[in-house]
Amino acid sequence: MKGEIVLEARDLSMHFGGVHAVDQVNFALWDNELRCLIGPNGAGKSTFFKCLTGQHVPTHGDVVIRDVHVAGREPHQIARLGVGIKTQVPNVFDGLSVEENIWLSARRWHKAQRAKVLTQETLERLALGDIRSAIVGTLAHGQRQWVELGMVVAAEPWLVLLDEPAAGMTHEEVETTAELIREVNKTATMIVVEHDMQFIRMISNKVTVFHEGRILIEDTMDVISADERVREVYLGHKSQ
Amino acid sequence: MTWNRENKWRAGLVVLGVIFLFAAPNVFQLFTIINMTTAIAFAILALSLGLIWGYGGILCFGQTAFFGLGAYAYTVAAINFGGSTWAILVAILVAMLVAAVLGYFVFYGRVSDVYLAVITLTATLILYSLMRRTSGPEYKIGKSLLGGFNGITSPPLNMPWDTSQVLFPEHVFYVAMAALILAYILCSWLVQTQFGRVSVAIRENELRAELLGYDIRFYKMALFTVGGGIAAVAGVVFCNGVGRVTPDVFNLYNTALTIIWVIVGGRGTLIGPVLGAILLFYLTSSLGTQAVLNNNLVLGAILILFVLLVPKGIVPSFTEWWDNRRALRTSRRKEVRMRRRRSRLAEANGEAGDER
Repeated sequence: MKGEIVLEARDLSMHFGGVHAVDQVNFALWDNELRCLIGPNGAGKSTFFKCLTGQHVPTHGDVVIRDVHVAGREPHQIARLGVGIKTQVPNVFDGLSVEENIWLSARRWHKAQRAKVLTQETLERLALGDIRSAIVGTLAHGQRQWVELGMVVAAEPWLVLLDEPAAGMTHEEVETTAELIREVNKTATMIVVEHDMQFIRMISNKVTVFHEGRILIEDTMDVISADERVREVYLGHKSQ
Repeated sequence: MTWNRENKWRAGLVVLGVIFLFAAPNVFQLFTIINMTTAIAFAILALSLGLIWGYGGILCFGQTAFFGLGAYAYTVAAINFGGSTWAILVAILVAMLVAAVLGYFVFYGRVSDVYLAVITLTATLILYSLMRRTSGPEYKIGKSLLGGFNGITSPPLNMPWDTSQVLFPEHVFYVAMAALILAYILCSWLVQTQFGRVSVAIRENELRAELLGYDIRFYKMALFTVGGGIAAVAGVVFCNGVGRVTPDVFNLYNTALTIIWVIVGGRGTLIGPVLGAILLFYLTSSLGTQAVLNNNLVLGAILILFVLLVPKGIVPSFTEWWDNRRALRTSRRKEVRMRRRRSRLAEANGEAGDER
């Protein structure tokens, strides 16, 4: 891999009582990479994700984003480093309009004038222009996911962390989302947590597989889908 | 700030307020005017809670703490300074400082909504018992005795920096109404600034606001502090209207009443709480003159009725009804136009058929 490491997890552990949700994970992300995290339910990928975004304070270990130690920091401090985050459950401002949602993201990092332009551009980019004044809470699930993606994109982050961006979307929506992610990847380094294998095939070159709080394997999608252990983890033990 | 429909409404309300400000003393008797001053004080208090609860999502169950602190700080400072000009400023600053300190612990400690309500309520009740126990001559701040249960007589307002010109009750009314209008304008402006919009966003979804990079603790504390300052202005107006300040400003009844005003008037609007406060003030004072129904019973019934039947409050329900009516009308007009066009078309076709 060329470039420098922009995000690193060192010996990262997250314990809930006796449950080791994340167990001594060492993880490195290179500049401009688009990395997918996969794994069965309870593999610890979402917990790992939450440690990266500051929603959890890790029990042990550290997360380093561009030489800044961020473990235990507030989510807004991590976002302030230029990190765009989308959570698993759509986290949007339900009572506000689509435009206001996007604007709130753009305005955080840019002056009023530029924020207006960015909001406009993002609405067009995500084809949300027709529903710009709609209240987000009244929209369909897929559209709300898009509004959240729009909020992430509007801030022009250099590092983007997405937790299940295609969850609950129709097949067409998934394809458009994949396209958008590839486009965003041109200017930003990304981590995408996903379930949908087809979706991962559309976007990713390198995949990290989580299993029981640890990293099982890290390779290209072709190698991973051929790997015996991964199949076992996903489908349970193979029948005779 | 854009000149949208909402702001036109707000501007209209301000104009009405100004007209009322100048007209009322010429229309009503002095007793009514003095009574109104108290109602206006409550309206400002309701506005302050409407701002932080309706827009910031901060359910402060003890907004009267800042109201009472404002009244006490004004009175004590005015006695010590021998004039009201700086005392008003002191009142606002004291309340804002207390709000900022309390807000710091509550918001930076990430206390959840319910506990926030409990803590603010408790703070108010502590002030209540504290001030009731200050009756001895040893309890004094500078020249001002605190007076315990009986409270302190509040020095009347004077013209700015001119202690020889003391304001009469009808002048205090002007000041009160002007304070209400200014507070309303301030709040209307504030909720449209970036700060206000982010505060609303935090009310909608704290986590999302944080993930966008907003320090929600700071925003909440700041909004809470502004609310405390406005409540203090209400306190200053109140003790000038009544002529004294007693520990009762902190009692449970007033604290609960503030919440009821906002619920009845409507959260998420600014004029709602103002109207709610004035409406209920006159309702309770008219109930006070009769002996058939218990005052508190009626208030309780109103609260329950509103929570069950008009949960959004008067103003939001009204605007909703108004918008629906307008939408219905325009759609009906459209339909009529379509029908006319269709019949005209049919006629034209019929004529064409005849010719053939």
